[in-house]
Amino acid sequence: MSTDANEIIERRAVISGAGQSDVGRRLYRDPLELTLDACLAAIDDAGLTTAEIDGIATYPGPIATPPGFSGAGIVDVQDALRLEIGWWTGGIELPGQLGSVINACLAVASGLATHVLCFRSVWEGSAQGKEGRSAVMPGGSSGGAFRASGFMEWTLPFAAPSAAIWIAMMAERHFHEYGTTREQLAQIALNARKNAGVNPKAIYRDPMTMDDYLGIRMISSPLCLYDCDIPCDGATALIVSRAETAPDLRKTPIQVEAVGTALRGRPSWDQFDDLTTMACRDAGAQLWTRTDLTPRDVELAEMYDGFSFITMAWIEAMGFCGKGESGPFVEGGQRIARDGELPLNTHGGQLSAGRLHGYGFLHEACVQLWGEAGERQVPGDPEVGVACAGGGPLAGALLLTRRR
Amino acid sequence: MTEPASDAPPFRILPRLTDLNRAFWTGGAEGELRFLRCNGCGYYNHPPTPICPICHGKDLAPHTVSGKATLHTYTVNHQPWMPGPELPYVVAIVKLPEQEGLRLTTNLVGAELDEIEIGMPLRVVFERHDDGDDAIYLPLFEPDPDR
Repeated sequence: MSTDANEIIERRAVISGAGQSDVGRRLYRDPLELTLDACLAAIDDAGLTTAEIDGIATYPGPIATPPGFSGAGIVDVQDALRLEIGWWTGGIELPGQLGSVINACLAVASGLATHVLCFRSVWEGSAQGKEGRSAVMPGGSSGGAFRASGFMEWTLPFAAPSAAIWIAMMAERHFHEYGTTREQLAQIALNARKNAGVNPKAIYRDPMTMDDYLGIRMISSPLCLYDCDIPCDGATALIVSRAETAPDLRKTPIQVEAVGTALRGRPSWDQFDDLTTMACRDAGAQLWTRTDLTPRDVELAEMYDGFSFITMAWIEAMGFCGKGESGPFVEGGQRIARDGELPLNTHGGQLSAGRLHGYGFLHEACVQLWGEAGERQVPGDPEVGVACAGGGPLAGALLLTRRR
Repeated sequence: MTEPASDAPPFRILPRLTDLNRAFWTGGAEGELRFLRCNGCGYYNHPPTPICPICHGKDLAPHTVSGKATLHTYTVNHQPWMPGPELPYVVAIVKLPEQEGLRLTTNLVGAELDEIEIGMPLRVVFERHDDGDDAIYLPLFEPDPDR
């Protein structure tokens, strides 16, 4: 293997398998069991065995707080499956949740690994139920003697503990600068629910109307309850393999065409120069410098919706419309429907299918490109898709192709 | 209507005081909003770090600003995330005139919800919280009647 400074090195990587555990609002199952279910499913999907897995990557690693945010760390999975690995990485300081998958791409491209098991596991639904976890409150339900430090020092004293509040202020700024409306933003939630209706694993599948959306309670204006994703339990895994292994794989792997990981503004939820774009702007712009494809070539987009507004920011960041134009772009919802020009969040996103935290989007992009999405399959045999994850100062994007 | 920043302040999670942030969180005792500023190049360094991010100098000292601001963006929060101000309350990002990009996340107080407008002039008002031997003054912002 030689290296060339101009080589788009991520193209040495492919995605060879995808797997997902049961997904539910509150499963009350051992999160390691869910994680291993997803991992074994992905390994099998790729036509590999555990003996062939020689790398592991994850987000965010085995952190204990907030409860439910992480279902397993690398060593848990390595030991449970008795894997012998040549490379591994797990952590939370990454360009979004999919930064871990991008790390895996670089590991196989560099030769440190051949088949990397990537996973993300959550049990936030159960943690908020039986475990009594508050969604965001540090230091227990009363705060106790907790004192804010780190970046939360600048938000917690002002009763702003949640990304809902931070993203709401970004959305409000977008509304102010570009005239974006709640009815436009609603299309992200309505589209997600429509797609969830044909995803048997989605959490909320009942139809949602514009009246439902406009009538539900406000969380942090302009974001209402339906603009916020749903904590759930579940795990997702993907196998990143070195491209030359394609002949050994069960099915035609998905090519990683280009990635975006840039962060060119201040790494902050309130000091970032342009709050209406967030870091998605930088990851998206970088990605398009690494490919001859253009946004017009993209046939499906699976883009983070921890809050609906983040998807709007990704739509602009990925160049599917101009800056500030995501409102008119999604208006009416036809363009982003499964049979529209840019099918979006075809599994129901985190808004309706559950907060699998970034990995759900990549899983869905792969399943769609493999033509395995069943009732929710995007028509027209799509060959080019994007998976983007992260909000605020966190953003990572992958452009994927499946050539026949 | 949010609570005025007066007698009985709501429960707040307080910041952990450090050498770097003490001037910011306690300046309200003198009615002053203070940022760490680089004596070398004049840059307001917020959130504070041990070196100036622009000239990399280490000669940083608290500097009092006007306490004026404009509303950059905001949200009316209805969700009871934590004990705190009476619902709904307004979280805002305000822009300080002393330096391009110098911002604070804060609460907008003393404003009717329907009169809030991005770009409106604001001024600082402090909310005192005693924390052991320290008195911490949270810089909140209210409409500025003089502008």
